Amino acid sequence: MTGDARQFTATVSTAADGRATLPRMIDKFVHSMADAMTGIADGSTILLGGFGDVGTPTALLDGLIQQGARDLTIVAVAGGRDGSAIEQLLSLGRVRKLICSFVRPASLSGRLLQRGDLEVEIIPQGTMAERMRAAGAGITGFYTPTGADTLLAEGRETREIGGRLCLLEYPLPGDVALIEAWSADRWGNLTYRDSAQNFNPVMAMAAKLTIAMTRNVAALGELAPETIVTPGIFVNRVLHVPL
Amino acid sequence: MDITPLDRNGMAAWCARDIPEGWLVNLGIGIPTLVADFVPADREVIFHAENGVIGVGPAPAPDAINPFLINASTTHVTLRTGGSYVHHADSFAIARGGHLDLCVLGAFEVAENGDIANWARSADEPVKQVGGAMDLAIGAQRLWVVMEHTTREGEPRIRQRCTYPLTAKGVVKRVYTNLAVLDLTAHGFVVRDMIPGMTLEALQERTEARLLSG
Repeated sequence: MTGDARQFTATVSTAADGRATLPRMIDKFVHSMADAMTGIADGSTILLGGFGDVGTPTALLDGLIQQGARDLTIVAVAGGRDGSAIEQLLSLGRVRKLICSFVRPASLSGRLLQRGDLEVEIIPQGTMAERMRAAGAGITGFYTPTGADTLLAEGRETREIGGRLCLLEYPLPGDVALIEAWSADRWGNLTYRDSAQNFNPVMAMAAKLTIAMTRNVAALGELAPETIVTPGIFVNRVLHVPL
Repeated sequence: MDITPLDRNGMAAWCARDIPEGWLVNLGIGIPTLVADFVPADREVIFHAENGVIGVGPAPAPDAINPFLINASTTHVTLRTGGSYVHHADSFAIARGGHLDLCVLGAFEVAENGDIANWARSADEPVKQVGGAMDLAIGAQRLWVVMEHTTREGEPRIRQRCTYPLTAKGVVKRVYTNLAVLDLTAHGFVVRDMIPGMTLEALQERTEARLLSG
């Protein structure tokens, strides 16, 4: 990823004598899908928010399909139902690896996996969330009892802690996070609707470039501070995609 | 006397009867999800869903569906008064961190050492569906399993040792089947209840693990 891709959009004002002054306003809104997708490189790891259809940034995934990046690693709760945007990315041959907690046998990801045509890493769902949290929080590894007694621990480092067998897990960072919010302001502060948080706030923390689509736009100061779930410091770009 | 094994709702109702007021409970996908339907509305049991819902309520009326509110089976639900939302990392902190009084899961097999197998039928099976089961199984204060007593072919699913890949070791506390309720104790499975007409001998014939009378 280029350094440019991480910069927020800034309004540059020009003084009367023609010299550009420092950006005076943080404005993370982008105004086209192409701008939202700028700089996503081939080979990127994409953290994809959502659970079922809820909180899933489908428009951004469609934008990623248009943008053209390939050889992607996709991190999502599941391998996607047929008809989903993940299925479309898979069918276009743009995904090198899928990291998820399950794939449905009756889906393209399941069929590709059965044929050995897709690399899939299955991770317990809570471990997946915590590995992304760790990536965002600067935790370089953690031990968890989840999966320690199972096939998933084969060949991996375990340790008995407090009488329980635990498995060493590493952070799961992303190059890019694609997330969906309910409301956003120009600082990138985000709120979510009902159960639509799911993976979105954790992924926002875990990626170098976090791109949010929002259903609603709020003026700066309009979102009550205590209702902001993802502070804008974790968000790089926001695209308004009305419901 | 003829015996009539319980159907899915019968098993769910049997389990629901034993969930006391005040517990925080996660219900797994399949028959366990039905358990909530049999907990009376005036009994304040708080249901947790892995996708970050604390206080899952009953299904909405068809004209009152909130498209942003689903449970872990991606089914539309309601939120009970007093309910709240968290993100996925906090939701699994609830599961892993011992905050659930109870988790109810389905299973392929359980064993007398408390092992549960519910995510893969063989080590070689390419399509695996772990989901959140491993986090829930190791984290909840107690794990109950609801499942058919035998396979469709009549093979036992209550085992001395699981033959399928494990989800977690030594965590099962109780099993509700279509024939009986079994408690897991330090000595093995103790029969806590049986459907009308069932005898300990007939139940043992359908069970690989040794059963102790309650």
